[in-house]
Amino acid sequence: MKKKNRRLSYGCLSFISFCMIIGVWCIASYGGYVNAIFMPSPTAVWNSLTSMAKDGTLMMHCYVSTKRVMVGWLWSAVAALPIGMLMARSPKFSAVIQPVIEFVRYLPVVALVPLTLLYLGIEENQKYVIIFLGTFFQLVLMVCDTVSSIDKNMINAARTLGASKLQVYTEVIFPAALPGLMDDFRLTIGWAWTYLVVAEMVAASAGLGYIILKSQRFLATDVIFAGLIMIGAIGLVTDFLIRILTKFVVPWHERLGDGR
Amino acid sequence: MSDVKLEVTDLQWVYPAIGRREKDVVALKDINLEVRESEFVVIVGPSGCGKSTLINLIGGLERVQEGTIRVDGRDVTDPGVERGMVFQGYSLFPWLSVQKNVEFGLKMRKIPKKEREQTAKEYISLVGLEGFANAFPKQLSGGMKQRVAIARTLANHPKILLMDEPFGALDAQTRVVMQELLAKISREMKSTVLFITHDIDEAILLADRIYVMSRRPGTIREVIQVGLNGVRDHEILVNPEFLKLKQKIMDMLWQESQEAAKDQ
Repeated sequence: MKKKNRRLSYGCLSFISFCMIIGVWCIASYGGYVNAIFMPSPTAVWNSLTSMAKDGTLMMHCYVSTKRVMVGWLWSAVAALPIGMLMARSPKFSAVIQPVIEFVRYLPVVALVPLTLLYLGIEENQKYVIIFLGTFFQLVLMVCDTVSSIDKNMINAARTLGASKLQVYTEVIFPAALPGLMDDFRLTIGWAWTYLVVAEMVAASAGLGYIILKSQRFLATDVIFAGLIMIGAIGLVTDFLIRILTKFVVPWHERLGDGR
Repeated sequence: MSDVKLEVTDLQWVYPAIGRREKDVVALKDINLEVRESEFVVIVGPSGCGKSTLINLIGGLERVQEGTIRVDGRDVTDPGVERGMVFQGYSLFPWLSVQKNVEFGLKMRKIPKKEREQTAKEYISLVGLEGFANAFPKQLSGGMKQRVAIARTLANHPKILLMDEPFGALDAQTRVVMQELLAKISREMKSTVLFITHDIDEAILLADRIYVMSRRPGTIREVIQVGLNGVRDHEILVNPEFLKLKQKIMDMLWQESQEAAKDQ
């Protein structure tokens, strides 16, 4: 019962915090404290959301953007997982690859946009690559860190129990690291959304980032707000879904206390 | 001497210096020991004497630098199923049930499902955990976790059991219970065991033979045959013969730790 109460109050407080932000927004715009051109009223934003929803463009933009984020992120997850694991396990491999990754990690993704356009044109692949570039180099280091921190005794036990080198990876390292990996995934999906706008900045004709950038030209701040709210909402839902998924994937994991 | 299971000859081990300012540390020096078939051998030594390094070398988790380690006449180079290990930190797989933990080694070796389920069941009941087969490690106490770890290793039918302070993390009562359990199992199964501890009571209670190690660089200081008529339960803890042995080993270890303090 106690646990349920705590959860309830957590949800309540989160709800209240959102209400407060909207409240301040209402006061600021309906009270006439801010210029409607810079900060549209909640009604204006609501109207642009509903009108876009009615003609189907909202769903289309959401779909296009979500797809870009997911595909780009999946590419980086699929690549980062084995490379990060190998880096954690092999000092030699790490010596070869880590400095390169650290170097590229500091390159601003925006600065790579011209190159991606030259190499890949304006097709969807270019968008995926931008999101991949934004997340991969971070994720690979996170995976490496997570895998390095698993209990070495488990690996030793597996080896003495007859596990082959490959089996150590698939049967021990991967499951042992999975709780941490799920956290890494959750964080990097968030970052993937932040790179979406970079991906849709140039040569895009659809997507939430695209409508936000396009609206700037027409001073349509209500559409900008609508786009921002949608990105935030989709992010929140994704985060929530991954948390639920985590509970299913690693039910044995206890966040508090050691898991041994 | 055909019944020698494990033979360690002139073993040396040096921790290479990490920084430029550090020096190499000699952890083990001139280690010679043997464990015979069905013998229970215990190594006691002061902390930091390299006991764990020694057992990791025998387990194949570290590479031999100098000297040889042979099991059944074959050089040890890698971990192998004929050398089962039990660690102090349980090292159970938290995502697997007790049953699946015990089956782990058998599964790795592609033993058919039916067979490994049966084997695992036998060993789970051998360590007294019937009814816990479907429990997960986080639901078990320290003593129970170590029972699972022992069952998991035994289910793999190792020729020699290597135990690195397996009861070090347990409370005093649980430890005695576990010692008696291990003594009983190892005798029934005629297991060959090499056991490491810094607990003298534990050493005398379990051992047929005790190797006493010196401070770093660790070497074998003395070999003691334990002749307590094979009694292996908590009652011998007050036996005069037991106490005499304990006194002797305590003196040796005390001396070693005094010298170790001086070395620093």
